[in-house]
Amino acid sequence: MSQVSEKEKAAFRQQVAAWMQANKPADPGFLLPQSFMEVGSEQQLDFLREWQHKVWSAGYLGMAWPREYGGQGVDPVFQSIADQEMRGHAVPICFNVIGLGWAGPLINDMGTEAEKARYLKGILSGEDIWCQGFSEPDHGSDLGNAQLRARRDGDEYVLNGTKIWTTMGNFAKYMILLARTNPEAERKYDGLSFFLAPMQVAGVDPRPIRKLTGEYGFTETFFTDARIPASCLMGEEGQGWKIAMQTLQYERGAEAGAAGGLAFVRIAIDDMIAGLADVERDGAPALQDPAIRDQLVQMIMEEKAVVLGDRRAGIGPLTTDYPFSLPLSNKLRFTESTRRMRQLAINLQGAEGGLYVGDEGAREGGFWQRAYLNSFSATIGGGTSQVQANIIAEHILGLPK
Amino acid sequence: MSVIGNTALRFSEDQAMIMDVARAFCADRSPMASVRALLESDAGFDPAVWQEMVDMGWPGMTLPEALGGAGLGVAAAVPVFEAMGRSLLGGPLMASLLAGQLLLRAQTGDADDNALLAIAAGVPATIALLDSADWGAERIRCELQDGVLRGVKQQVMEAAAAEWFVVVAQEHNAPVLAVVPATAVARAVRRDHVLIDATRRAQSIDFTGIQVSEEAVLRGPAVTSALHDVRLLGALLLAAEAGGSAASCLDTTVDYLKTRKQFGKLIGSYQALKHPCVDILMAVDSTRSFVYHAATLLGEDALDTDAEIACRMAKAQATETLKYAGDRAVQFHGGMGFTWECDAQLYLRRAQWVQQAFGDAPHHRKRLAHLLLDR
Repeated sequence: MSQVSEKEKAAFRQQVAAWMQANKPADPGFLLPQSFMEVGSEQQLDFLREWQHKVWSAGYLGMAWPREYGGQGVDPVFQSIADQEMRGHAVPICFNVIGLGWAGPLINDMGTEAEKARYLKGILSGEDIWCQGFSEPDHGSDLGNAQLRARRDGDEYVLNGTKIWTTMGNFAKYMILLARTNPEAERKYDGLSFFLAPMQVAGVDPRPIRKLTGEYGFTETFFTDARIPASCLMGEEGQGWKIAMQTLQYERGAEAGAAGGLAFVRIAIDDMIAGLADVERDGAPALQDPAIRDQLVQMIMEEKAVVLGDRRAGIGPLTTDYPFSLPLSNKLRFTESTRRMRQLAINLQGAEGGLYVGDEGAREGGFWQRAYLNSFSATIGGGTSQVQANIIAEHILGLPK
Repeated sequence: MSVIGNTALRFSEDQAMIMDVARAFCADRSPMASVRALLESDAGFDPAVWQEMVDMGWPGMTLPEALGGAGLGVAAAVPVFEAMGRSLLGGPLMASLLAGQLLLRAQTGDADDNALLAIAAGVPATIALLDSADWGAERIRCELQDGVLRGVKQQVMEAAAAEWFVVVAQEHNAPVLAVVPATAVARAVRRDHVLIDATRRAQSIDFTGIQVSEEAVLRGPAVTSALHDVRLLGALLLAAEAGGSAASCLDTTVDYLKTRKQFGKLIGSYQALKHPCVDILMAVDSTRSFVYHAATLLGEDALDTDAEIACRMAKAQATETLKYAGDRAVQFHGGMGFTWECDAQLYLRRAQWVQQAFGDAPHHRKRLAHLLLDR
């Protein structure tokens, strides 16, 4: 438990708020990514890199990480406060999310001193971009079945295979890589190993994937006899699955070990409603149209149910039927309601709903159109909604496979 | 201020204890065999079980100690109705509780406490509220003139069991409450409804010509406010009950999907059946969250806007949840689901009754739109 006094917390919050207010960047004149999965251009990358560096230099990133590796070694509650203020002030994201929230905390937890010294500071400063190599083209939702081969050859591993949905794969210096070291292992999970792999070596070829938005953000990453030092192995051979699962727990934020920073821009339903104030339907404000009002109320309820569900999940006597149904369904609920909300935002624009980013008449620059198209990254990535539903049906309701 | 607004959700130790007791009691006293035995009975409930509920103090739970109640507030009763819904246990509890709340909230000064004392002691009572099929009607058609009632009330909940009626009437264009003993309501002016939910009973009653003494009439602005509150409390308690029913409906369906085989496979392995069950589970979860959020915002005073929003959301969510759970329960039981013998019909039929009572989902969403969007 945190030993920091309420007074200290309040004072710190005030300090961060003042800094954010003074340093929040002006509108750069191009649409910024709402999440780290949407960094598609050098222009966006340069902007975000500069911003993250600024946040870190000001002392509001990686606060709980050790001082010698670029952090400040303070109680993680300070980072949580800083994160809340970043969200509250709607500043841009700290884009190096795989480093800040996955690789970094992992290295901090189980890396050697040499690894910590080598990697952590670059993650915080934004100098070293990290990407993640878990998914493969033929095994989208079935990570345990990853087939990219890592064969030991003297002091090196030789990599052959393909990873897909590598976020910022074309910009990244390092990849956290899940690869198969033992194809003969009895359980498929036991044949997997975990690597901190350099990207800038011969035989690694990240090819940008053009998304449905027309933009870039991911690569398909081809490995052809790519050689990496054997010292890149994290833990032992065969521990890959366990380590990959461990990286997932850092998602809970600074208190769980992550460096912090804003990972995605939250789009509140209030923003959508406020943005529609001037839209008309049948010659009157759309917000007075009974059919639209009903749709908005349903959407508000959907969002509110997610928030209330998080509250109720912490109350033991109110979760006795299926104790894990709320946490296990959180991803499905949240991502699906986000997707529906963004689609609704397009519906509500009248003829402008048909315009897209690039049209000067597009409402808010086509923000909602692009946001809706991008929302599928969350309903598909990390296990599709349909796979999530299977998991809930089998693990919570006990329905047969 | 965000439209998401107040998201408080708390659950006291008292509530948790009441929930445990209520769940165990309802499961034990209302197994499916008992529910079915009561479907075609006159009363619709077992007087012995009602007596036990009285002995536990449930009818007076929300009334002040000075009146013989437990002084716990409506929030304490919410888990009871959820438990009753889960076990499809009926009876005059909800009608009595709402009648008690209506009188309590409308009372000013030294009004006659007889009916409230009786309710706290376990004498069944009910509200004669509805004049037509329109839950949103502004105008009260039943009139009180020179101490005499004139008008017909529809769907008076558990009227046959009630010994007291709180009749909602209008006098000089203002709402009033007339407290009428059952002895004044002859059998000839009562017509038994046939409800689609056979676990409940209700009557249509012609109150025309019934005299009400001056002490038995409640008037003034407190009546308007009390009516507003009780409509919301009724919606909330039904939402709690519907949430419980939807949860056990889901259990019934899931149990069947785990045992029934077709084409050589347990049908629960088919995603076409699995995924709707997950949708129902999430809807049941949402219902519970809204219901206990609303319970959190209730106090002794008139309901504030946050509490009103919460009650309306709870009813709108619960109504749709039970409708969907019941509908899919019948469908997923296949041919069995089409029979009287299959329990799915009990939930399906209850859903149709619950969806309209105290306003259906569009009724509440329309009012929510005003509360949320016109600020």
